[in-house]
Amino acid sequence: MSGNLQLLAGTLARAKQENRAALITYLTAGFPTVNEGIAVIQAMLTSGADIVEVGLPHSDPLLDGPVIQAADDIALRGGVRIADVIRTAAEAYQASGKPVLVMSYWNPIDRYGAERFSSELAAAGGAGCILPDLPVQESARWRDIAGRHSLATIFLAAPSTTDERLRELTAAGSGFIYASSLMGVTGIRESVDTAASSLVQRIRAVTQLPVCVGIGISNAAQAAQVAGFADGVIVASALVKAILDAPDAAAGAATVAELTAELSLATRRHDSPAKPGLTR
Amino acid sequence: MHSKFFFPALPGQSPDGDGYFGAFGGKFIPEALVAAVDEVAVEYERAKADPGFAAELEQLLAHYVGRPSALTEVPRFAGHAGGARVFLKREDLNHTGSHKINNVLGQALLTKRMGKPRVIAETGAGQHGVATATACALFGLECTIYMGETDIRRQAVNVARMKMLGATVIPVTSGSRTLKDAINETFRDWVANVETTHYIFGTVAGPHPFPAMIRDFQRVVGVEARRQIAERTGRLPDAVIACVGGGSNAIGLFHAFLPDTAVRLIGCEAAGHGVTTGEHAATLSAGEPGILHGSRSYVLQDDEGQITEPWSISAGLDYPGVGPEHAYLHDTGRGEYRPVTDAAAMRAFRLLASSEGIVPAIESAHALAGTIEVGTELGPDGLILVNLSGRGDKDMDTAAQYFGQAAGAAGTGGVST
Repeated sequence: MSGNLQLLAGTLARAKQENRAALITYLTAGFPTVNEGIAVIQAMLTSGADIVEVGLPHSDPLLDGPVIQAADDIALRGGVRIADVIRTAAEAYQASGKPVLVMSYWNPIDRYGAERFSSELAAAGGAGCILPDLPVQESARWRDIAGRHSLATIFLAAPSTTDERLRELTAAGSGFIYASSLMGVTGIRESVDTAASSLVQRIRAVTQLPVCVGIGISNAAQAAQVAGFADGVIVASALVKAILDAPDAAAGAATVAELTAELSLATRRHDSPAKPGLTR
Repeated sequence: MHSKFFFPALPGQSPDGDGYFGAFGGKFIPEALVAAVDEVAVEYERAKADPGFAAELEQLLAHYVGRPSALTEVPRFAGHAGGARVFLKREDLNHTGSHKINNVLGQALLTKRMGKPRVIAETGAGQHGVATATACALFGLECTIYMGETDIRRQAVNVARMKMLGATVIPVTSGSRTLKDAINETFRDWVANVETTHYIFGTVAGPHPFPAMIRDFQRVVGVEARRQIAERTGRLPDAVIACVGGGSNAIGLFHAFLPDTAVRLIGCEAAGHGVTTGEHAATLSAGEPGILHGSRSYVLQDDEGQITEPWSISAGLDYPGVGPEHAYLHDTGRGEYRPVTDAAAMRAFRLLASSEGIVPAIESAHALAGTIEVGTELGPDGLILVNLSGRGDKDMDTAAQYFGQAAGAAGTGGVST
């Protein structure tokens, strides 16, 4: 079975037609437990998330701040396996028909076998992968495998990325480009860094791929601001933190549903109403 | 280029353009760090081509560090090592007490060249942290050192030294609270502060160019020692031996001997409670290829690529990875890597102190334990060169506790020496 790269592209195109940014939400698989995590992701998907990222927890999450580190730690101590990550992706896709991405550091996939992982993720209905420590120069073999399984390879771009590298990674990437709003690890910040919009502009100058912005986006006001210039808004730590702070899993899922709904509302652009039938 | 103390490897000996030593190395880092890591690579190439850089480094290594370091023959110790002749390369006599200063001064000069006012570094045993804090004091750079909470406890003397030198020491409470986690946290700081900050990585691991660059700064150890031992004995050693955590002191010693195919290169890894117990840090003996901290090498990991927590009595060797060039030397067979348990290392630790009046770092004691084994294999005709990479003042608490406990456990009411 082939992966859902086309579904991902279609979802982003439809959001654009509807004059809104897509909402992309994240949860670490196996957090707080595998089944509770699946329920939380389903709550996200029924509350307005367009796309979900399922995190494959890692012992050494170099690009993650304390919130996602804590979630990864809980998931790993709970004994989560890659099969559980695949099952989480499968259930999320089956229940919603929406695109599901896996976010993973490279070593677990490399060790598991890129071919085996890709074919299992594609069979589960997955749409692609975000691999934050696999830069474009090291990615040729992976992209070949992912491409054969119709899985997107979503590269991150950072404010420090040179224009020359932006050309390389946008040429190699598929699905969308993940623009980091700031220089830093995942986590909750007070305001959206001004670097975000200029990075999105620089990316748009070299590619037609949609550009989604994440890292440091945690509330509706920030989501609305980012929706003004990006094709998608990615929220992770704020949702994970809601679960960490909740008294139990059900309360966590309810808070996540509320926050997702608020974020979803915020991604609609009010300044320039959609013209039916016209795409921009 | 002719220099007294700076001997970058020749182009043919270096990794390829992408930073690979055979199948190992590379650059597995977040995109946000690519520009900074590339900047380091470019600046290092410029520095290598600039005679002014070598001259400045040479002044520092001669008059601040005290190079060349001595080569000491240790006959009383050698009596316990099969009667082979044993020479120690005395990196413990360097200013700050270990080989770490060789690399740190090179990178501190690079930091100045890049115009960055702030330095960050990880430390395990505290030797790299102390060396970095020292260089920052010397050059007026702001300095932050990340150190696992477990290591802060077992290397308290070095923590006090770093603070005295003006560094901020940040305890790391994630994971096993040791070196691996300190490196993670330092990378996280770097991602957020890369414009103002250089990461003085302490070992020959990490993304390209760190493994090659740090090896170059440590090559002086082997180049000096090779000349010294040839002058003193009229020949090259049968084996050169060093402890291997990340592997910077070992590669520094080994590299000058790479073309001397008759000289065995022997790395001693920390086997902790024993390689079969699962409580060890013997990455090449018991690990498998994988990616950790920006490069492909051997790592200790489970069947799904999660890094497992290492164990060693030595904070400096308590690391589940190893530099990619060691992985390459291991796979090609040019390097031999042996596991050395806590117990064997601590025996060698006390033996060198009591027989020669030299207290080694517990890290270096692993190489001494390996020397006892290899010397016994070689017999009286053998000639061994060992890198005494650091001194043991920092380890007095750990040693006192270890020997105290060992005596109690044995029920002998004390150990006489």
